[in-house]
Amino acid sequence: MDFSFSPEEKEFGVQVRTFLDREVSDEFLSDLEERGEVDFSREFTKKLAQKGWLAIAWPKEYGGGGASIVQQLIFNEEIGYHHAPTGAHRQGIKILGPCLMVHGTEEQKRKYLPPITAAEVVWCQGFSEPNAGSDLASLQCCAIADGDDYVITGQKVWTTNAHRADRCHLLTRTDPEAPKHRGISYFLVEMRSPGITVRPLINMLAAHDFNEVFFDNVRVPKENMLGEKNQGWYVSQTALNFERSGIEEVGMASKTLEELVDYCKETKRNGKLLANDLIVRHKLAEMAVQIEVARMIAYRVAWLQSKGQIPSYEASMSKLVGTELRKRLGDIGMQILGLYGPLETGAKWAPLKGRVLRAYLHALGQTMAMGTSEIMRNIIALRGLELPRA
Amino acid sequence: MDLGFSEEQEMLRTTARDFLTKECPSELVKKLAEDEKGYSPELWKKMAELGWMGLAFPEEYDGMGMTFLDLVILLEEMGRACLPGPYFSTVVLAGYTILEAASEEQKKELLPKIANGDLILTLALTEPSARYEPDAITIEASRDKDDYVINGTKLFVPDANVADYMICVARTKDGASPEKGITLFLVDAKGPGISITLLKTIAGDKQCEVIFNNVRVPKGNIIGELDKGWPVVDKILQKATVGLCAQMVGGAQKVLEMSVNYAKERVQFGRPIGSFQAIQHHCANMVTDVDGSKYITYEAAWKLSEGLPATTEVSMAKAWVSEAYRRVTLLGHQIHGAIGFCMDHDMPLYFKRAKAAEPTFGDADFHREMVAKELGL
Repeated sequence: MDFSFSPEEKEFGVQVRTFLDREVSDEFLSDLEERGEVDFSREFTKKLAQKGWLAIAWPKEYGGGGASIVQQLIFNEEIGYHHAPTGAHRQGIKILGPCLMVHGTEEQKRKYLPPITAAEVVWCQGFSEPNAGSDLASLQCCAIADGDDYVITGQKVWTTNAHRADRCHLLTRTDPEAPKHRGISYFLVEMRSPGITVRPLINMLAAHDFNEVFFDNVRVPKENMLGEKNQGWYVSQTALNFERSGIEEVGMASKTLEELVDYCKETKRNGKLLANDLIVRHKLAEMAVQIEVARMIAYRVAWLQSKGQIPSYEASMSKLVGTELRKRLGDIGMQILGLYGPLETGAKWAPLKGRVLRAYLHALGQTMAMGTSEIMRNIIALRGLELPRA
Repeated sequence: MDLGFSEEQEMLRTTARDFLTKECPSELVKKLAEDEKGYSPELWKKMAELGWMGLAFPEEYDGMGMTFLDLVILLEEMGRACLPGPYFSTVVLAGYTILEAASEEQKKELLPKIANGDLILTLALTEPSARYEPDAITIEASRDKDDYVINGTKLFVPDANVADYMICVARTKDGASPEKGITLFLVDAKGPGISITLLKTIAGDKQCEVIFNNVRVPKGNIIGELDKGWPVVDKILQKATVGLCAQMVGGAQKVLEMSVNYAKERVQFGRPIGSFQAIQHHCANMVTDVDGSKYITYEAAWKLSEGLPATTEVSMAKAWVSEAYRRVTLLGHQIHGAIGFCMDHDMPLYFKRAKAAEPTFGDADFHREMVAKELGL
């Protein structure tokens, strides 16, 4: 048993921190906040690519850094800690890329992988639909074969960055008669294709991050199907073999906690330093404890992967714990800020640039995105504890 | 980074689990709760033969030369089995105190006997103020020629009723700060002036009130240095806290298993109750609490075992596990329904032990305050 990193790993962590301290400075983040692009920066994604750290996780044969799982863990914790914007590359690097590497044809790999690693292309994910959220497999967006193409019709929703993306990886129904998981096909689509309409959805933070995307008889060449016909569901599960520790959430929480601690050490309320208030001390201490527990849960996923094992319920547990943690931390931060809490970024008297408020609001969506907490608990119970299905 | 145990450690765990499953069934646990001594001498002897008492003592004192982390694995299995008896008091509380601070002569005298199961000891630390801080030590030891005379009351002393010796934490000087002027004394538990009253608790452990009335102790029985006992206590408390967390983790894991098994078997509305989402989510929350408890405890245990600073991790572990174990037993009860509420069932053993363990060596609030200090607040 060894809870420490090797000297080489620690050295790598220092390098990453130094780089991110410089590139994701407070000014840089403030600038993104002002433009309403908190999690999206092609510029930053390019800088990572130039450093050779964008595809750090990928095998060298696909232009990656071939980094070990532990190096990826260290890297991702720092990315989270710095609140670095990963929106311009997250889909390509973390989700589609792995699927392509395993299931793509040689031609598809040649066409789609290099632009991802070179930070030239932004992808969005066409999965969820108005009637297919947690029950994603019930999706209805259909693809009908027509000559050399498939013609796609349907609607996607909650499509993050559809308005900024060049390409979309899309799940469609190609066999309505088959059991739902076995009638789905996976497509790679150019966002500029005729028939695609992107309609903005404004989230609770008044930000334009996600969208509705309408496909109206969109023609997609047959060679843009990823994997076999009707095997799309299983192709999409491939990302499960890549780094899934969920450590970014822990990193983000660590930074927010540090900012709150510093705030409390400097701020007086009723003539008394917040840091001397017993209730405040305990709330912050409780968050520090929960962050450390969440860190261990995330590290465990990486450790299993480093041994060549595929985590099952452990990754779902990490997602559950990390996202619920961010909700609680946002809540505690708001409690400590009191009346100042609801002041938005830019308002006079807004503390910490309104970041705790935004963390509080943003966290609300995270226990729903990428699998709700309830679905995570289902997976833990059914796959982890082998409890019986209804 | 390696979050797993070695082959030897896994074997230690398996051997301990098999042994305790056979030798310490819940019937014995319930019986010993009513027994005045609170332990089985036959079982004690068998444990000694397995080398458990001296597991973490150096080989030169008849120990097995294993680490604190190894001991933590054993303690986890003991917690799983709710093993009654003075093992923790003797080996963790007293054993580590002797290892940490005793003279070579004292070590040679005491440790082999402990390792062979021939001596039972405990640490008399807390007083009626029920706190784990240096200013809570008010019992006095005053110098009289070549002896010290101890007067005062210690409360919540585990296993004093069966101990051969107690290590009494007493105040020998009123110094500028409360940490200074505390001394550790090895006291004959059966000597004159000591009156021990057994306190019945829900956890079946043998907690005692110990009144010291002019108890005479030769100065050669001081463990460590005069007036410099508190730093030793502080170190022992770190190990004791993590050791207790390990026992709690073992208990929590058992509750999880019992509850999941029950949920798979108990049928209502024509299907196992484990097929209902409410029960599934309870179980998911339980395993999340158990897994979190394991790793936060192991992190602290590893650091202590490596001799690394671990103040933050120790307090984080106890703050977390204190509440997580309680949550797990609460959900375990919900899943079992009314049968879990019967004295016959095993659930009450864990529920009650979880509650008793919560304030021991500092509750979650106490440890959160420690964490707050470590955060620089």
